[in-house]
Amino acid sequence: MTTDPGAGPGPRPGRPRRGARTAPGGERSRARAFGLRTRLLLAFLLVAVVSAGTTAALTYREARTALLKTAQDTAVSSFRDHVQQTGFGLPVRKEGLEEVLRDLARKGKPRPWVVFAEYGSLRASSGENPVSTVITPELRRAARANPRGHFERVVKDGVPYLTIAMPTVFKTGPDDVLPTGLVLYAVMRMTDEQVNVDALLIAARDGALPGLAVALIPGLIAARSVLRPVRQLHRATRSLGSGRLDTRIPVRGSDELADLARTFNESTGQLERSVRELREAEERARRFASDVSHELRTPLAGMLAVTEVLEEDADGLDADTARAVRLVSAETGKLAVLVEDLMEISRFDARAAELNADEVDVAEAIRKTLHNRHWTDDRVRTELPDGIRARLDPRRFDLVIANLVGNALKHGGAPVTVRLRTAARSAGPPVLITEVADSGPGIRPAVLPHIFDRFYKADAARTRSAGSGLGLAITLENVKLHGGTISAGNLPGGGAVFTVEIPLHAEEAGG
Amino acid sequence: MPRVLLIEDDPSVREGVELGLRRRGHEVRAAATGEAGLAALAEFRPDLLLLDLMLPGMNGVQVCRRVRERSQLPIIMLTARGDDFDVVIGLEAGADDYIVKPARTEVIEARIRAVLRRLDGSGPGRPAVEVHGDLTIDRSALTVAKGGRPLALAPSEIKLLLHLSAAPEQVFSRQQLLEHVWEHNFHADARLVDACVARLRGKIEDEAGSPRYVQTLRGFGYRFGPL
Repeated sequence: MTTDPGAGPGPRPGRPRRGARTAPGGERSRARAFGLRTRLLLAFLLVAVVSAGTTAALTYREARTALLKTAQDTAVSSFRDHVQQTGFGLPVRKEGLEEVLRDLARKGKPRPWVVFAEYGSLRASSGENPVSTVITPELRRAARANPRGHFERVVKDGVPYLTIAMPTVFKTGPDDVLPTGLVLYAVMRMTDEQVNVDALLIAARDGALPGLAVALIPGLIAARSVLRPVRQLHRATRSLGSGRLDTRIPVRGSDELADLARTFNESTGQLERSVRELREAEERARRFASDVSHELRTPLAGMLAVTEVLEEDADGLDADTARAVRLVSAETGKLAVLVEDLMEISRFDARAAELNADEVDVAEAIRKTLHNRHWTDDRVRTELPDGIRARLDPRRFDLVIANLVGNALKHGGAPVTVRLRTAARSAGPPVLITEVADSGPGIRPAVLPHIFDRFYKADAARTRSAGSGLGLAITLENVKLHGGTISAGNLPGGGAVFTVEIPLHAEEAGG
Repeated sequence: MPRVLLIEDDPSVREGVELGLRRRGHEVRAAATGEAGLAALAEFRPDLLLLDLMLPGMNGVQVCRRVRERSQLPIIMLTARGDDFDVVIGLEAGADDYIVKPARTEVIEARIRAVLRRLDGSGPGRPAVEVHGDLTIDRSALTVAKGGRPLALAPSEIKLLLHLSAAPEQVFSRQQLLEHVWEHNFHADARLVDACVARLRGKIEDEAGSPRYVQTLRGFGYRFGPL
């Protein structure tokens, strides 16, 4: 009884886990069944089984050998003595022989035995059958070869026997003997020895089983001491992932798991510091942009108030001065727009932009936007169904529409179509969809992903347009503030199309 | 042409706005602080006050409150969006309108004209004096009395009341009111309407918490009555 190679401490228990990692949901509990705790317990059990089993097996083998050897040695030497003390008349005759054999059988030691004799073709025994069924040809051959006799253990029909073959000899000298041709066999049942051996086996097994049960206790303790820090680490990692960068693990003891906890704490500390520095840098940059535009605004307010004075008087100046004055006046206006847009973007970045929502008739709002910008000729076509009401910030929605239409007229081409509709969404409330399509060449695919970037210039050769370069970025922020989305694309027949989707919040009438 | 008192601490804005308005024929007095502006008030007797919100010392909101204690002088606030002072606080203190800086002179002048424009409330076949519950509204004299006692209403408040009461029980959206009462062409800040309604209710309603005269229709706007 040795270790079964199949139950070795190989990776077998771990194997199903690897499969379960990719398997969907229901497999997870099975993967858990081969978790760390189970594997630790299995390992402890395995070690206990191997050591207890090996000890029991070795003890059993040694004890059994000693037990059987004593019985054999006693039997063999006593049989040899009896055979030597018995005189046999030669040639052997069957009648007298049986009597001698019965006499020998009575002297069996440590247990009674049945004695058989073989001489040529003569067969005799102390029992009823003259020939034994348990004596093997090998024993017979060995008995002829070795004058000091030979023995063998045989199991027949579940009963163990000791068979001893002892040839009778003539003494021809002090050390020389000559076989007489008569061989005596003793057949002894070893049942009592077998009972003793069986008792040994049971004792070994009974000793090993409680050992295995006891081995479970340190296994559980070890599993717990490993699993608790692992669970803590698991929770801490999840907490870290959800943005709580101040997550730390209590460090207990000085083992490898404590080292792991310490490393985790150090890493999260470093991460927290880096993130804080990044945020501070971002905050500084943001505040700088806000401060700069703030500081620019005050002188601009003074300049902008007097641009009209400059323009009115430009006619009376000489040509060069007049051009210079008009340039200053026009650029002051552009600078004012740029600074206002920068301020607006800063507010979005600082999340200080507020949504002052109001229930509006959307078609009416769009018509007003177009009317106020004097886009009332056939450059802008509209498809505005009546009766669509939505909660919008009128000022911001006005900016969105004005920017998209203005953009379409400037970079695309007339006619520009403004289309309004609503659509149901499987998830969430229905949405208000506003499309602004132009008839220009469309937007190049390389430009599309960057179209809402700040100061993105679609054409590198083009320097500065009339806009601030922030128009679409502000439009995007305004749409996002409404909880909506905006996308840009090209129509199959040519021309760019911007699609704004804003969720419609069902508002109860009256109140 | 209207006389305008400008209270603005920044010299370039003060000078620019003063120059621009004067060129358009306004008589302008400029003051650098709230205290100086209040001092000039009695002597200069302006038709309108252009008031910067961010002032050193006494700030624009405090100046606005001080002015409202004694008179219903039309007040337009000069603000910069994103300033520490919220527009709403200024409006609640009694300002009639606001202008976001930087602004062209034509924009400033348009706002001044709009605030000063008298509502032609007395249409044909309409009595000059109307009585709604305890309120007596005189459309030609532009006075309002409650239970016989005259009420001191700021220009924007009386315009709003005249506009609403001209069509009792008709609902006006905040955008409509911004267009008709404040003459804002572009979509403006609807908080202007809400602040004015709050001030008006404080003066005409028995209980501002459960208004009778100026009622809110959530999601749609405001209406006068029904009483």
